[in-house]
Amino acid sequence: MKKTKRILPGFGLTMGVTMSYLSFIVLIPMISLVIQTGEAGWSGIITAITDQRIWSSYKVSFGCSFLAALINTIFGTMLAWVLVRYRFLGRRLIDGLIELPFAIPTAVAGISLTFLTTDKGWIGRPLAELGIRIAYTKVGIIVALTFITLPFVVRSIQPILEELSPDFEEAGRTLGAGSARIFFKIILPELKPALLTGFSLAFARGLGEYGSVIFIAGNKPFQTEIAPLMIVTRLEEFHYEQATAVALVMLLASFIIMFVVNRVQLRAASYVGG
Amino acid sequence: MAKSRTQAPSKHGRRGYRQENPYLRRLLIILSLLFTILMLVLPLVIVIYQAFGTGWDRFWAAVTNTFTLKALYLTILTGSFAVIFNTLFGLTAAWALTRYSFRGQGILITLIDLPFAISPIIAGLIFILTYGRLGWAKPILDEFNLKIVFATPGLVLATIFVTLPFVARELIPVLTARGTDEEQAAVLMGAGFFRVFFKVTLPHIRWALIYSVILCTARAMGEFGAVSVVSGHLRGKTNTLPLHIEILYNEHHYNEAFAVSAILVVTSIVILTARSVVEYLSRREGDDVR
Repeated sequence: MKKTKRILPGFGLTMGVTMSYLSFIVLIPMISLVIQTGEAGWSGIITAITDQRIWSSYKVSFGCSFLAALINTIFGTMLAWVLVRYRFLGRRLIDGLIELPFAIPTAVAGISLTFLTTDKGWIGRPLAELGIRIAYTKVGIIVALTFITLPFVVRSIQPILEELSPDFEEAGRTLGAGSARIFFKIILPELKPALLTGFSLAFARGLGEYGSVIFIAGNKPFQTEIAPLMIVTRLEEFHYEQATAVALVMLLASFIIMFVVNRVQLRAASYVGG
Repeated sequence: MAKSRTQAPSKHGRRGYRQENPYLRRLLIILSLLFTILMLVLPLVIVIYQAFGTGWDRFWAAVTNTFTLKALYLTILTGSFAVIFNTLFGLTAAWALTRYSFRGQGILITLIDLPFAISPIIAGLIFILTYGRLGWAKPILDEFNLKIVFATPGLVLATIFVTLPFVARELIPVLTARGTDEEQAAVLMGAGFFRVFFKVTLPHIRWALIYSVILCTARAMGEFGAVSVVSGHLRGKTNTLPLHIEILYNEHHYNEAFAVSAILVVTSIVILTARSVVEYLSRREGDDVR
């Protein structure tokens, strides 16, 4: 492509439109974060971040997102495996349903999951008798985040599993390896980059998720408040500098995660490219 | 990533998998079915059950309520703006980023990806910080008597922001893979920019374009966090359907909340089906969306 530089017409027009649109929608509003940070000063930011209630919200957000991503890594691998390797009734339907959490509005997911898991809900009532509570606890947050981020891991792994040649497994079996050994020594290493990518995407999405969680979380201060909710609360109280401070920490976390994903993908691509 | 792959047969068929333990196989299938039913099917069932649980009349009353209709109108309005603008942007950005090479391409791609990387709440926050009561751009807006935050333009801007990457992100790899030979030939034969674009480029990216527009629509329709922050929750004025659901739910009008949810659930299922159809058609034409 480098040799064809500027042979095609329209450079000025398309670049002009792209740059102005991106500046207006993304760049200029993002700069407001910098301005606001400047106004609050570093000491203001640090004070806001180390506030007890905000600090607890980070712990909830990071912990629950991490666990939800982990659950999805395990069940996502299983689902992808079953969808790629086995043929059974309802396979296509499940395959189509996997994408549902991306298509369904998060608020709808939030209220229906809450309704299912309260003490009176279909799932919540039998569990409540056993003393297990889901809605309005951290478990509820994890359930909502698991739902929302379910497609990431499945869709990252599925194409890799489809391309995986059975020859290596066969070789392993011929040499006497059992199913577990074949899975952990032959298949899992192949899946590792995709697993890490799917996990990171799910984790990042979970950190930022708001709509589904606020319904099921119960939003008790110090216990089930997530970091995005703290941004909203502080905004409503017109504590703009505190809202900005929370947002900065979240942004930093997202960038680190995205950086990791890019590195993993680059490394995986360089393997394929030789 | 997170892209759909409905295509069934594995490239290598089932050869070599037969010796697998049949009990393990059955166990895994049952576990997967259970997980899917618990996590994906039940939430859908409860929406429909609650929406119609108290009869059709109550459902219909909730759906045709003035505030619901206003919220529906606003959802369609913000969604249309977001989809149209982001489609036009996606086409131009994909063209600019794949048809020329210039310094700073990486930065532009990062900027396009940014809305996917950050929380929708932060998306709302930056618009409040810019155009809100204490925002630095507020004096400029007042000069022209414009209102963005807590008004429809804010909803549109927030929705555009969170759905910005969809079309561009889908088209960039497709255009990169195609190369520029055909376009160059057309230019050498004297075609202008628009002619090349509409006659040569567009027909090849048709399916990818439709596919990305469908995904963009789904997200625009359901966006909650970003819109919630900039809306100010003025019922009948700045409430989209998802925000209306929240209000109904918090007021304990559960059946009404689920009735309105049912509209969105049905729309999502239609969108998911349309996506599968597009995937199927594009594959049949050998023009794989992915």
